[in-house]
Amino acid sequence: MSPFESLSLLAVTEWARVFLLRDYNTRIVLCGTVLLGIAGGVIGALMLLRKRALVADVASHAALPGIGAAYLLMESYRPDSGRWVPGLLLGATISAALGLLFAQGMGRIRRIKEDAALAITLSLFFGVGIALLTWIQALPTGHAAGLSEFLFGKAAALLARDITSIAVAGGIAVGVVVLLRKEFCLLCFDSEYALASGWPVHGLDVLLTALVIMMTVVGMQSVGLLLIVALMVLPPTAARFWTDRFEPLLWLSGTIGGASAAGGVILSALVPKFAAGAVIVLSGSLLFALSFLFGTRRGVWWRYRGTAATQRQIALDDLLRACYEILEPYLHSPDALTEHPIAQSELLQKGRWSLARLQPLLRLAERSDLLRRDFQDRWRLTATGRRAAIQAARNHRLWELYLIHYADIPLVGADRSADAFEHSLRPEILEQLETMLETQSPRLTVPSNPHAPHDPKLSATATEVRP
Amino acid sequence: MNGPWSDWGLIDTWIVITAALAAMACALPGTFLLLRRESLMGDALSHATLPGIVLAFLALHALEDAGWLSASGFAAWRHPALFVGAAITGVLCGVLTEKLQRWGRMEPSAALGVVYTSFFALGLLLVRTSADQAHIDPGCVLYGNLEMVITDTIGRTGIPRAVAVNAAMLAINAVLLIVFYKELQLCTFDRDLARSLGIPADRIHLALIAITGATVVAAFDSVGSILVIAMLVAPPATAILLSDRLQSVLIGAVVVAAVTALGGHLAALAVPAVIEGVFRTTTTSSVSTAGMMAVVSGTLFLAAWCFSPRHGLLRQWYDRAHLRQRILSEDVLGVLYRLEELRPDVTPGADRASLAATLSVAPWRLWRALSRLTKRGWIEPGGQGVMLTDVGRTIARGLVRSHRLWESYLAKHFIVPDQRLHQLAEAAEHFVGPQVQQALAEELEQPLHDPHGSKIPPADHNTR
Repeated sequence: MSPFESLSLLAVTEWARVFLLRDYNTRIVLCGTVLLGIAGGVIGALMLLRKRALVADVASHAALPGIGAAYLLMESYRPDSGRWVPGLLLGATISAALGLLFAQGMGRIRRIKEDAALAITLSLFFGVGIALLTWIQALPTGHAAGLSEFLFGKAAALLARDITSIAVAGGIAVGVVVLLRKEFCLLCFDSEYALASGWPVHGLDVLLTALVIMMTVVGMQSVGLLLIVALMVLPPTAARFWTDRFEPLLWLSGTIGGASAAGGVILSALVPKFAAGAVIVLSGSLLFALSFLFGTRRGVWWRYRGTAATQRQIALDDLLRACYEILEPYLHSPDALTEHPIAQSELLQKGRWSLARLQPLLRLAERSDLLRRDFQDRWRLTATGRRAAIQAARNHRLWELYLIHYADIPLVGADRSADAFEHSLRPEILEQLETMLETQSPRLTVPSNPHAPHDPKLSATATEVRP
Repeated sequence: MNGPWSDWGLIDTWIVITAALAAMACALPGTFLLLRRESLMGDALSHATLPGIVLAFLALHALEDAGWLSASGFAAWRHPALFVGAAITGVLCGVLTEKLQRWGRMEPSAALGVVYTSFFALGLLLVRTSADQAHIDPGCVLYGNLEMVITDTIGRTGIPRAVAVNAAMLAINAVLLIVFYKELQLCTFDRDLARSLGIPADRIHLALIAITGATVVAAFDSVGSILVIAMLVAPPATAILLSDRLQSVLIGAVVVAAVTALGGHLAALAVPAVIEGVFRTTTTSSVSTAGMMAVVSGTLFLAAWCFSPRHGLLRQWYDRAHLRQRILSEDVLGVLYRLEELRPDVTPGADRASLAATLSVAPWRLWRALSRLTKRGWIEPGGQGVMLTDVGRTIARGLVRSHRLWESYLAKHFIVPDQRLHQLAEAAEHFVGPQVQQALAEELEQPLHDPHGSKIPPADHNTR
């Protein structure tokens, strides 16, 4: 039975059992991972702002040799005591701290940049760890099962005492951040100013790193050391798309971390074989993806919508200007702009659009009440369309004239350059252009086309169009 | 057992050759990642390929179950399919990271962290949910199975498949490097210049990531992901400490990679005996060669860090000690000169104790400085203890002249309290040579006295 079938076959009671936390085990696991998610999110936000998002990854990888060494030490001290968890965690803490110190020391070599220092530390320590682990696996006494749990996590099998340690560590981490939030804020945004005004910047950094190591080591058991970094990277990066302020970022990041942990645990309790650690991370990824797309601060969707609206406006402007140019020869009759039909083929002749692009554009113009369909493929400007067409043509011509007169752009290039600019002309710039070009006539006046063959009647005065 | 060499067999040779080829193939793109400050990309790529590998495996199984693929076909397609699957996710990871950075304006390392942890989690989930359809051990992906390379050979040639794959990858990387050397170099060191010259820097960057992904995947199957990360970073970093030129860094990285492979395997053979000795266990078990190679690469890097002739710690210490020694000697000369100047009628010179007190240095340092000065013939025993020789006096006069000229210069051009002048000049006097002296003197219109009223000694044409 695949997990998805089992998902669909689950009875309502099963869902209720999970969601109402009737299950002692689920309750325990949920508590632990949510706490971990919150604390990881808060600490991770600080690390992200300090531009050290991946330090947690190095810390967790560097913890592995400590676990192996602690196991070997305890086994040699007294056989069968090797899987005593506090001892293993102590080993992990020490070697993670050594790893970060090593990376920091390496950062003092001018040739080795920070990323390389982190990568070298990570691979070196993890290599030692794996070598130790494979060796332990081959020992008759050593069942590495207990140790490989640290690699991939065993969120579903957390015990009450694991939860206690997570709760204590998470409480300490969040408490420290709450107490020192101003100092951390200063550290993250202007560490040099903080240093200059006498704050113990180095001490704060050490404190932050210590918190990261603590969360890494404690969290290793639930999501595994390979994925613990996700709990500190995904929530803050997701939260970053919703807010630009420091404290809301911290708390939002904590919330997202807690939510993804809860989602992951519930989902893994519902679906057999869904490993909790991976699902927690994936629900974090989902929240990240949603924030990335729809976040109110920098969400891609909103920006895309803005761009799309601008592009639509530009396309419509171009279309209306083309209509105006087509109708220009008939302007001597009073209502030519609204009465004279425009054939689709005439628009195509402009060479600006293909048929496939022109048709949706025409429909868009019809929807926006700028054009109306006469019959088949003949169109007429509406009253609004007429005004907009005059405006578009006028913007274009004004800008073109300006370019020709003042920017020494040859006649041939003026049309193209004007195309690029005319859409972003704001009213005050237009006004200035008018003054410069001394077209004193009222607003709805279109200067004559500079490209048109010289026609004294048209170029002598600007074409007057009654509003 | 007497050392790892005693039971060296054909299998060991193949292991070393496989590992060396994989490491050398990784070192080439790794050098560019390092120079571009994207070393963590290797780590990310190696994690991110997991879902690709699993999906390819599952797809093959699905084909087999549907009856479209025979068992032998499965075996034949297994490697290419895994390769393609991993390469696709690797490139996807690179592209996504780039897009997140650009569209979401995220910091590079954060974008990387988001993408590869998500990919890896997806891979783990796939492994767990499909465990009964396909037996994939995530541990195997981590450690690799270098020890098993010999079991999978091409036809009857006896050459392990992993050797052929990694050799091909090395050849591809080398050829690409030679063909696009100029472009790569330019894009790495001056991206803007490259762009303005019309080189598609962005596309070259993506190509580099794709090639890294392919190399990682090729090496993956045989040596595991940790080793891949280590080999992408450590050999280039070692080489970069030893050389300043791109060509020699590349060659050095390849050589270091090969040495690492050999050393790693030897260590893997030798270490169990050592650990058994330490922990007094008696089993004969082995450690992972891949893990030990990572350790050896780290050790080589540490060695380069310490002993590099240009950037090594030892060299830095030596240079610093040398400078400190020179400054101390010059200070001794300065003190002796000032004593002579202050009390021309008294017996010249000074004894060791008062010198040590004046300069506040440890007696042994002073002793070394004095013996060095005596050897050079700048001071001699006599007077109240030691006194300047004629040569020494000339040099000391130059130093004092530098000191006082500098004081005058500072006093003229900067607002410095008088007490601070001496301190500043004390630091600067060691670095003001005859030419600067002349320039200072001209600027100050050949002054005779410094701001404290002491006489500035006249220039001497053969100072130092």
